[in-house]
Amino acid sequence: MTMTDDPATHLDSAGHMGRPRLRREDPALLTGEAQFIDDMSLHGEIWVGIVRSTEAHATILGVDGSAALEIDGVTEVLSGADLAPLWGEGALPCAWPVTDDMRNPAHLPVATSVAKYVGDAVAVVLATSRYAAADGAAAVSVDYDPLPAVVDIEAAVADGAPLVHEDLGTNESYTWPLIPNPEAVDEAFANAAHVVSERFVQQRLIPAPMEPRGVVAAPGVASGELTLYSATQIPHILKVMTAVTLGIPEHKIRVVAPSVGGGFGCKLNVYAEEILCSALAMDRGVPVRWTESRSEAATATIQGRGQVQHIELAADDNGKVQAVRVKLLADMGAYLQLVTPGVPLLGGFLYHGCYDIAHYSFECTSVFTNKTPTDAYRGAGRPEATYAVERAMDSLAVAVGVTPEEIRSRNFIAADAFPYESCAGLIFDSGDYQTVLDKAVEMAGLDGVRATQAQRRADGSNRQIGVGFSSYVEMCGLAPSRVLASLNYGAGGWEAATVRVLPTAKVQVITGSTPHGQGHETSWSMIVADKLGIDPDDVEVLHSDTAISPTGLDTYGSRSLSVGGTAVFMATDKVLDKARLIAAHQLEANEDDLEYVDGAFQVKGTPTAAVPFAAIAFAAFTAHDLPDGMEPNLEAHVTYDPPNFTFPNGTHIAVVEVDTDTGDVDIVDYVAVDDCGNQVNPMIVEGQVHGGVLQGAAQALYEDAVYTEDGQIVTVNLGDYLVPSAAEAPAYRVASHVTPSPTNPMGVKGIGEAGTIAATPAVINAVVDALRPMGITDVAMPASPQTVWRAINEAQGGAS
Amino acid sequence: MESITLAVNGTERNLEVEPRTLLVHALRDDLRLTGTNIGCDSSSCGACTVLINGQSAKSCTMFAVQADGADITTIEGVADSDGTMHPMQQAFHEHHALQCGYCTPGMVMAAISLVEEYPDLDDQGVRHGLEGNLCRCTGYQNIVNAVLAVAGSGSKGSES
Repeated sequence: MTMTDDPATHLDSAGHMGRPRLRREDPALLTGEAQFIDDMSLHGEIWVGIVRSTEAHATILGVDGSAALEIDGVTEVLSGADLAPLWGEGALPCAWPVTDDMRNPAHLPVATSVAKYVGDAVAVVLATSRYAAADGAAAVSVDYDPLPAVVDIEAAVADGAPLVHEDLGTNESYTWPLIPNPEAVDEAFANAAHVVSERFVQQRLIPAPMEPRGVVAAPGVASGELTLYSATQIPHILKVMTAVTLGIPEHKIRVVAPSVGGGFGCKLNVYAEEILCSALAMDRGVPVRWTESRSEAATATIQGRGQVQHIELAADDNGKVQAVRVKLLADMGAYLQLVTPGVPLLGGFLYHGCYDIAHYSFECTSVFTNKTPTDAYRGAGRPEATYAVERAMDSLAVAVGVTPEEIRSRNFIAADAFPYESCAGLIFDSGDYQTVLDKAVEMAGLDGVRATQAQRRADGSNRQIGVGFSSYVEMCGLAPSRVLASLNYGAGGWEAATVRVLPTAKVQVITGSTPHGQGHETSWSMIVADKLGIDPDDVEVLHSDTAISPTGLDTYGSRSLSVGGTAVFMATDKVLDKARLIAAHQLEANEDDLEYVDGAFQVKGTPTAAVPFAAIAFAAFTAHDLPDGMEPNLEAHVTYDPPNFTFPNGTHIAVVEVDTDTGDVDIVDYVAVDDCGNQVNPMIVEGQVHGGVLQGAAQALYEDAVYTEDGQIVTVNLGDYLVPSAAEAPAYRVASHVTPSPTNPMGVKGIGEAGTIAATPAVINAVVDALRPMGITDVAMPASPQTVWRAINEAQGGAS
Repeated sequence: MESITLAVNGTERNLEVEPRTLLVHALRDDLRLTGTNIGCDSSSCGACTVLINGQSAKSCTMFAVQADGADITTIEGVADSDGTMHPMQQAFHEHHALQCGYCTPGMVMAAISLVEEYPDLDDQGVRHGLEGNLCRCTGYQNIVNAVLAVAGSGSKGSES
């Protein structure tokens, strides 16, 4: 570990929490025993192959399945019209109508008359095998009459733009403003000594978890039940939405997420294939399954980002920012998926970054295009906001004539200002941003790096050095239900947990969180074990199956520990409360005179009079001698609704070397100092930072969902879409600073998205820093060798 | 259909496959060895890596009939029969070199082969040696550390 600030010292615990603990999840995953969705096989199953539109926008004149039906194993070819009776009016759900007048076109699982993006499902093949389904889908002939497509979001709002949805009369879905005091913002800009005005493009990203999606829907013919297995982050939400969409009674639906091979937000959705397979399974009375291919995933699974950002800062002559003004254009794609419209708004409260800025103006206009829908992707709105403000702060530093670290220091929210009410209306929980930045500067050896940079510049080297800062704060731990209500979100933000003590004093924890790589089984067992004074290996953690864990709101938005973990923590407290009553009864003592030490209740100061936890567990089970009126068994359930978001923060510093002959960028050092509050398992925290940073750096340097002008996607597989390998990945140096969150009893915040939020601007600020002496002030993402070389060549007066 | 014989994890298996059946599908669907995963359709990700006659290979990139007569080791075949994990599996566990675990079987197989072939690996050697195996969760640093630990320990194990 490279922690410079031992997280264990911040927890009131002599136990496991705060110390690295190897994961219990690993052995099954390491030996091939873990079952992912495509590993399943059900008797009598039929395979679905999906025919996807090859046109970005076209009228579907006809579907000809005759050639497909000639293929051995292909049993049926169904057009959207053939399938329409299976779902009737039921369209795919959007749970976040952010404004009352938001335009939300009906979104059928399979299009009936018009295909609206490349990849839009237009017909379905049923077959007896995986290969026959693929062969059949390839053999279906669809007659398209192409319509004009709108691909670019700025073009989509121009006069006379083709319309994605003709009946709406516009490509705009909604406009959402957050401008608490417009006059004050105008005044701040009128009086500013320095105004920075920038336009940034957030390219679309393909989430690309290593496991593509997959669905197996199994009907109970006699019972009318449906078991839906899906590679999903959200079995609980999917159950509700499947019931609502298909009219299947909710209590007849069981949703199971088996081992899930990563999600990063793209499995936080209700997809056409889940509804399609469920509807077909119930209709035909046989298991129906579909496994996504990687090429299919490029268009059938949501994409992330897709924004054009205009950000302005108004600062006084010391560089103290007085106001921030943002206008955002956000790409929804062709339809609104589960939380598509809400994603830009999750960043909409954070365009002032971690700075004490008095006045705020944010307005987002979201538009339809003939492309795959966007939705949540690691960070969801917050990486975009952080990118804009962190890039703009570097521009301000240049305007004021100070270093990037100095402009940040002059503007940070002070450590003594918490709880801090932001200009966007949030209450930030805790932090010490300056200390975090100082630690990062020290770890990076900034003076030495800057000396090397100066030497390379003086030498006219073709290997120029750049240093990039990114200081971030994010809102996570989604979320207080009442706040979600004020944002028009269609559900709450609580989480549920049950802690059940078995007769032999082993413990079952049932969590509503749905891990897909985060190691909740290990971390939750540490929480419970420490409170009960038992071994974590004696605590089993069950999840991801609504028959076992009926209540929950699942895993996304860095919410699992701060909301779901807190529910586990509180349920364990309730178990202890009941255990204390049993112990008091057995010891014939007043419960207030008892203390719980090393897994036993004892009368304070009298260790000889003690009842071990195991004895209480067995007594609760036999119920032979419980206090009058007490129910047998030792079990507690808690549903926890957080009073506030949590606000992880940090400073990351990227050092890059730019080859000015080729435009190649190499990250030569990467320092991350994060404050995610108290840490339960620092090993897992560090792993989340590593992976998050690479995902953020990948947006900066490698990844881009490329579309042609007529809406064809170019980057359909992992040969074209550059998910970085170990050869591109930098080494990370990670440390933490802990300011416990006062919002929850463990003082935790969240770390799942922080690395991704921080890394993108750190890397691009570093690239721009390397090239600034050439007069370069911006480099588009991804900063590929070609893009960087062109920027250099243009700056030197060459042709681009 | 073609009849082929594969020696999989030390056991001879006879099976009937279409000439176009990919090896990975023969392993997963016909032999029900589902530890070997599929992450792409362009031989880019390496999730399907197995050992064929001791050499790592992407099992989505060859037909099952091409492997007729070959010795194949999958992730199910690298631990000891008593369940003790292979040193590479153990190193991945101890270095937190996996999160969701989907790329892991392929990554472990590629790493076993890499360490066998290049005993004197350094950081860059591991990074370039595993360039054909993608991981979306870990950022690779802990994977590199796990592989280096096995390379440095001399406890590589022999699987072919």
